[in-house]
Amino acid sequence: MDNPIEEIQTPIRLDYRYTAGGATARFLRGLKEGRILGQRCPSCQKVIVPARGACARCGVATKEEIELPDRGTVTTFCVVHIPVPGSAVKPPFVCATIKLDGADIGLFHLVSEIPPDEVRPGMRVKAQWKPREEWDCTLENIRYFTPTGEPDVELEGSAHA
Amino acid sequence: MASPPEQLLSASYALEYTYTRSVGPVIGRFLTGLRERRIEGIVGSDGKVIVPPTEYDPVTGETLEDFVEVGPAGVVTTWAWVSEPRRGQPLDRPFAWALIRLDGADTALLHALDAGDESRVSTGMRVTARWREETTGHIRDLACFEPEGA
Repeated sequence: MDNPIEEIQTPIRLDYRYTAGGATARFLRGLKEGRILGQRCPSCQKVIVPARGACARCGVATKEEIELPDRGTVTTFCVVHIPVPGSAVKPPFVCATIKLDGADIGLFHLVSEIPPDEVRPGMRVKAQWKPREEWDCTLENIRYFTPTGEPDVELEGSAHA
Repeated sequence: MASPPEQLLSASYALEYTYTRSVGPVIGRFLTGLRERRIEGIVGSDGKVIVPPTEYDPVTGETLEDFVEVGPAGVVTTWAWVSEPRRGQPLDRPFAWALIRLDGADTALLHALDAGDESRVSTGMRVTARWREETTGHIRDLACFEPEGA
C-alpha cells in the first residue's frame, strides 16, 4: 500500500466558562489599573498573591488587601523548548516563579530579555507592562519580567527550610 | 460575604490538547484500508474475525497478521439512541450509537447509525456503511452507517 497511515491526530478539547470568584475578580480588576493585589492571612500573616479570598495554609478567609510592587526575585524557573500550540511565545522561553517584594508566595510568569541559561534563582526582576491602552483584566498586561541588574539575593529556599 | 454577581468576571476558557498518536502496523493498515473505502478485520487463532483488527490474539496473545476484508454491511447487535447530539459527534441530528457486526466479522464495531428516528432502529436490523466523500485514513472516513436499502 502506498503511504500507509502511521499516525493520526486525536485532539481533545474541553470548553469551559470560567467565573472568577470575588477575590480573583478584584485581583483581575486591579491588573486593569496596573495594580497587583494580594491579601494578608489574618492567621499566619503571609501575603498571598494573587488574592484568593482564603489562605491555603490556614484555611481562613483573607480580607486585608495588600498592593504589591511589580518587582521581585526569581525563586525557581524552567526553560521551555517545546512550542505551546496557539501561543505567540516562541521557545526557548523561561517560565519562572517570581516572589514579588512583600509577598510570601511566588507568581508564575515569563522572564525575558536575558539568555535562558543566565536565568538563576535569586535574580532580581521587574515587570514589563504592555502599553496602558492594552490593559485588561489579565496578567497578560505584564508582557514578561526582565532583570533589574540589582545584585542577586539569598533565598530562604523552601528545600532547605 | 459574596460579592454581587455584577462584580464577578467571567470568560470562556478552552482546554485543548493536540495529540498525535502513532497507530502501529495493524490499526495503521485498518485506517489505510478505510482511505480506500475498504474495511479490514484480522483472523484470530480460533478463526474468528476481529474488527477493528487487534495486534495480538485476544486468546493466545500471539501476533496477528492475517487480514480479511469485511462488510461494508452488517447487523446491529445493540444500540443507544442519542436524541441531542453534541458538538464533535459524527452527526448533527439525532442518531444511534450502534455496535455493528459486519458481514464476515465475529466482533462488532462501534459507530454512528443515521436512522432518522429511534423507531426505525432495532437490534438485528441490517445496516451498511456510508463513506465520506473524501477519505483520509481515519475512522471518520466511515461517515456513519445507514439502514440497508435506505
